Amino acid sequence: MAYDVAIIGAGMSGLAAGIRLAYYDKKVCILEKHSKIGGLNSYYVKGGYRLDVGLHAMTNYVSHGGRDKPMKRLLRQLRIGYDELNLSPQIRSAIRFGDTALYFTNDFPFLLSQIADKFPHQIDGFAKLLAFIKDYNELDLSIKAASTRELLGTYISDSLLTDMLLCPLMFYGNAKQGDMDLWQFVIMFKSIFLEGFARPYKGVRRILDILEKRFADNGGQLLLKKGVKRIVPEPGGAIELELEDGEVIKTGKVISSAGYLETMNLCGEKNTDAEIQPGVMSFMESIYILDKPAADFGIDDTITFFNSKNINSKNRFEYQKPDTLIDEMSGVICCPDNFDYDTPLNENIVRITNMSNSDLWDSADKETYRRQKEDAMRLSRKEAARYTGDFSSSIIFRDSFTPATIKRYTGHINGAVYGVPDKVRTGMTDIPNLFICGSDQGFLGIVGAMLSGITVANLYALK
Amino acid sequence: MTKEEVRQAVLDIIATIAPDEDLSTINRDAPLREQAGLDSMDFLDIVMELRKRYNVDVPEKDYMELVSLNSSTNYLAPKMADK
Repeated sequence: MAYDVAIIGAGMSGLAAGIRLAYYDKKVCILEKHSKIGGLNSYYVKGGYRLDVGLHAMTNYVSHGGRDKPMKRLLRQLRIGYDELNLSPQIRSAIRFGDTALYFTNDFPFLLSQIADKFPHQIDGFAKLLAFIKDYNELDLSIKAASTRELLGTYISDSLLTDMLLCPLMFYGNAKQGDMDLWQFVIMFKSIFLEGFARPYKGVRRILDILEKRFADNGGQLLLKKGVKRIVPEPGGAIELELEDGEVIKTGKVISSAGYLETMNLCGEKNTDAEIQPGVMSFMESIYILDKPAADFGIDDTITFFNSKNINSKNRFEYQKPDTLIDEMSGVICCPDNFDYDTPLNENIVRITNMSNSDLWDSADKETYRRQKEDAMRLSRKEAARYTGDFSSSIIFRDSFTPATIKRYTGHINGAVYGVPDKVRTGMTDIPNLFICGSDQGFLGIVGAMLSGITVANLYALK
Repeated sequence: MTKEEVRQAVLDIIATIAPDEDLSTINRDAPLREQAGLDSMDFLDIVMELRKRYNVDVPEKDYMELVSLNSSTNYLAPKMADK
């Protein structure tokens, strides 16, 4: 046997699983099909600029203390010191629906006062919702699926507030259209509203550098440009992995972060579990570098979640795959400069994310694809301008990625960023010794992804 | 190992798992869970570290023996006498 455990994918969850296993002297490798680690959260260099993909902010912010919080538990499990991350908290983020705005910081009472001020009739219901959320054990792997919108309806009667609360939580971690699974809502509510946002000064590469080094120091083997072509279970329980370059690796166990259906495809299995359907929620992101700080255009907030659609109707915020290239009426604006750093970042970057239709990108030929990108970027910028001001004449560099890019780099069906809508919480598959971690196991966000890798490694390969 | 050395070994492991905790004031008879902010994941880690460092196995049915520093020491001392 070449390895005790082979991990597919060097994203946050795969790296975290690998660190745990290598630390406890398992013979472990991570097979990454690309030349770079990170998966959904990575970075690249273009035009001389280093640009992040995925990560806008780390959720689950804790300052020193807060020892029972997910971030601290995660760091303890990986033997990473809190200070190594070099986190700077957000300044303030916004949820803006037309002229109505709710602001939040890493100090939860601030959001409470915002709601009391702008939705005075809802504050009692919100307090009850809060009690429910605090009591809810979202980490219990056996809880049943339930509707978030239904639950919110019992506490909050103003659908504008419901939509405003859901907007950031859905954009940052919902694989489902329209509604959200209750346990996912609770995870996201705690990680964003109760805990908050922060960013390492050097962005996602800081986190990846730490993880990569820790994995290597523990004796793990990171194998880049090693895509898995087939997973072949052997009689007796071992597994053979056929790689794209023809190499065959024999291993006792496999933990795959490739996605549940994607992993089943590698096994040559038809999806017999009709309950697990592919996700469709994907995004386009435009990245702009300006010739002056975003603050000069009045963009002071760290992250702005916006919706400008049907403000006065009940169907205003529609979290779903649009029929058009992008849904420019709703999105996320992120300014990496706007965190509370010790030294100003001065990258002058603005990132705008919109929901996007993967089919329309997949079917486009090269020239159409290029033109679509231009059109979608212009449209996205134009609608976001309501919240960012018009910075068009200050752009010195721009780039964008689409659902097709996400699909190419992550292998996710439909470029579905958050994976399948119905999660495989236990991380188990029908095949002995084959487990899944990452988005499809269901702990979302960067902290969630790492906790997912740790949990699956602990349960199935260490215990 | 003497009993005192076993106690120190357990404390060293907890210090590795929870580096931010002040372990100097630990009440040896009270549960470690609240005192050192340990959850079930961390207790699994104590078991794993014992195996990694001293090749000592703690079967799942005995996990509750690790509830306090003194109970851990009493339980582990015979297992670690020859370490």
